[in-house]
Amino acid sequence: MTAAPARADSAVELPTAVTRRSSLDLVLRARELGIVLALAALVAVTAISNPRFLSGQSIRDILLGTAILAVLAVGQAVVVITRNIDLSVGSVLGLSAFTVGTLLRDNPGLPVVVALLIGAAVGGACGAVNGVLVRYGNVPALVVTLGTLYVVRGITYFWAGGQQINADELPAGFLDFGNATFLGIPYLVLIALLVLVITGVVLRNYRLGRELYAMGSSPQAARLAGISVGRRTIGAFGVSGALAGLAGVLFAARFGTIDAAAGTGYELNVVAAVVVGGVAVFGGSGSVWGAALGALLLTTIGSSLAVLEINQFWQQAIVGGLILLAIGADRLVAARVAASLKKRGSHVS
Amino acid sequence: MPTEAPVLRVRAVSKSFGAVAAVQGVSFDLYGGEAHALVGENGAGKSTIVKMLAGVHRPDAGTLELDGVPIELNTPADAKAAGIAVIYQEPTLFPDLSVAENIAMGRQPLGRFKTIDRTAMIEQAEQLFTRLGVSIEPSRPARGLSIADQQLVEIAKALSADARVVVMDEPTAALTGVEVERLFAVARSLRDHGAALVFISHRFEEVTALCERVTIMRDGRHVSTDLVSEVSVDEMVRRMVGRELGALFPKQEVTPGAVVLSVAGLTRDPVFVDVSFEVRAGEIVALAGLVGSGRSEVVQSIFGVDPRDAGTVTVAGKTLKPASPRAAMAAGVALVPEDRRQQGLVMELSIERNVTLPRSRALSQLGFLTGSNERRSAKEWTQRLKTKYGRLQDEVGTLSGGNQQKVVLAKWLATAPKVLIVDEPTRGIDVGTKAEVHRLMSSLAAEGVAVLMVSSELPEVLGMADRVLVMREGRLVAELDRERATEESVMFAAMGQEATV
Ligand SMILES: Nc1ncnc2c1ncn2[C@@H]1O[C@H](COP(=O)(O)OP(=O)(O)OP(=O)(O)O)[C@@H](O)[C@H]1O
Ligand SMILES: [Mg+2]
Repeated sequence: MTAAPARADSAVELPTAVTRRSSLDLVLRARELGIVLALAALVAVTAISNPRFLSGQSIRDILLGTAILAVLAVGQAVVVITRNIDLSVGSVLGLSAFTVGTLLRDNPGLPVVVALLIGAAVGGACGAVNGVLVRYGNVPALVVTLGTLYVVRGITYFWAGGQQINADELPAGFLDFGNATFLGIPYLVLIALLVLVITGVVLRNYRLGRELYAMGSSPQAARLAGISVGRRTIGAFGVSGALAGLAGVLFAARFGTIDAAAGTGYELNVVAAVVVGGVAVFGGSGSVWGAALGALLLTTIGSSLAVLEINQFWQQAIVGGLILLAIGADRLVAARVAASLKKRGSHVS
Repeated sequence: MPTEAPVLRVRAVSKSFGAVAAVQGVSFDLYGGEAHALVGENGAGKSTIVKMLAGVHRPDAGTLELDGVPIELNTPADAKAAGIAVIYQEPTLFPDLSVAENIAMGRQPLGRFKTIDRTAMIEQAEQLFTRLGVSIEPSRPARGLSIADQQLVEIAKALSADARVVVMDEPTAALTGVEVERLFAVARSLRDHGAALVFISHRFEEVTALCERVTIMRDGRHVSTDLVSEVSVDEMVRRMVGRELGALFPKQEVTPGAVVLSVAGLTRDPVFVDVSFEVRAGEIVALAGLVGSGRSEVVQSIFGVDPRDAGTVTVAGKTLKPASPRAAMAAGVALVPEDRRQQGLVMELSIERNVTLPRSRALSQLGFLTGSNERRSAKEWTQRLKTKYGRLQDEVGTLSGGNQQKVVLAKWLATAPKVLIVDEPTRGIDVGTKAEVHRLMSSLAAEGVAVLMVSSELPEVLGMADRVLVMREGRLVAELDRERATEESVMFAAMGQEATV
């Protein structure tokens, strides 16, 4: 059999393939675009009805709030990409904030960098526990981290009792760090950006990052490809925990008052930000950029509703609606992509 | 030239899963520069051996020796490091990642600061595809690839590993003649560069075309290892099944009845365009063509799993609602899909649940599924197809590849359809059962069922079909009746004018 002619057209085919690819890319980028547009519309509407919304202070508030939520969301995205979930982040944030607050109260000389590292270490330890339980316990992450959510919160309550650490007990240097800016940008935002960029680059451009996507995309295939799925799982939870711990320190620096309830309920905001940001809950796709954009959108919605003097209740309803919208959009895009991929069967064209 | 000393020795390995002894004391040697075939019936233990070579399963007993040194392969990473590349029977791709990334996973070319060099990665994939003579776009996600393309990506993945031992578990099951030829050309060049190949297939012409040596297994045991030139195909079959086999294509003559399935102007641009044909009661009509000519897409659109742009499908005079498998099933259409993992089976469910899935409603009494009914009909059909399993309650995922295919068949045959559409019905099925499947299809046709069959195996098409429809690039290009359908005429139509056969 001489078969060469059948595929002689492959060279001619390439240019069309390239243009079709870019249109597919556009569909996949649609999420980020959608969020940016939604943000622009939201800001425009709010600013028109109340120009105060664009004042320096209000923008600062939004950015600081976003910084904390985004750090958490980046960690959550790493875990969700591996087809897991970490519900304990709010509690870990609380524990880390209280630990660092106590240490700073007792040792006012502690440098900020050390405080950040200690927070991350506390969180990292909690995350590693999550990872080990998920890996060896053979229990779904949802259940494990729901458990540690309560356990970690319980530990914090037990330790703190009713006491609260107030701003006047914390060293001024630390509180300054929460407010100070560098070239006009708050330190908190800079830290969040740093975390975002590093994680984003690792996930996109390093083997390690791609292996996390591979695991989420098909755990079975990942095992067959020789990826040490167990180690990576523990690592992903470790990162999420460490970032939650870091966020705890940022939280302490921003608000100055810390009690055992710090960060209660944050996990839901974080998961919402990640889902709205286009990280698929079944793993394998999405990016930390999307997650961070999701955090920005959610925080902005909170502020603008306050500015517009709309009832808090509506905020929750709107966030809920957004999540449903995001999931609906995911389905739609997935169906579109599937159809376009089917049409592009390699041999038929 | 084969090496003097074996590269890899498999020495008396055994592996059991619970009560099932999948492999018992099997030994054979692999030489560099030689292709070694592994043949045996469905469930004989071939894939289990493959998985031991791949580090997925650890042998319960026995050893593997690489260059005369015993090695332990505890994880797939160990096997990779030892220079063993494996193509698994079921494609194991990452649907969300690009094809190029799928191929390069774990070995991505690195650039500055150890970052992945995407351009090089895509180039590498393109080169591999050129070598294999296929045009899959490296930057598209693996999701949505046809089963044949998935197989080709798997092959490219194994090639890229530069391995000393390349193990291929039924790599050709989803491919047609042309792709198989290309794969063999590449495999031969690997072999000539000194790699040891393990090749598994249920098609003996492939074994004799590619391999120098053949190991035959039966029921988990080693039967013989010989030079291919020294055993005849009949002898291989005899050793494999342990008995004489009857004629391979027992086609019953049937006088076709009324038109049952009629397809008019079916179009889904650009996959297939203006496809029209009819199938009568009692007739077996084959859709032939190269991989990717649109055959599977046409039958999926008839059944309604895929949408269509235009055209009508009529079953026994009633027009089917488009894109509704439910309506198709209600009208008496059954589709045995080509991709059993994604469309045919629920891997986590038991065998009996899988077999009875499409009929749950009919089997239920007062809305409850009753175990005994379910079990009885599952038992009947799996036995007719000689399915090898431990208990009917076992997960389908633990069956051997060929036995999974039998469960898919059983599931649809049990619905007593008016129109039976089968896509690659005997993919991965051993010779003995293949004859049984053919006999079943033939007797169903004799009972008045209209059968539409997509098959890449020419002997099967020529042996079974009353009429052969040939597709090329999404169009029906020829209709050949039984007398005029020959290997030449079908291939000629499938490949177009340029090709010579
Ligand atoms: N993970 C598992 N759990 C339980 N039983 C298994 C498992 N894997 C394989 N088996 C059983 O081991 C036996 C051998 O299976 P194997 O997949 O090696 O067959 P095979 O020779 O590759 O067949 P085929 O030609 O159908 O692919 C079968 O009876 C199968 O049911
Ligand atoms: Mg097998």
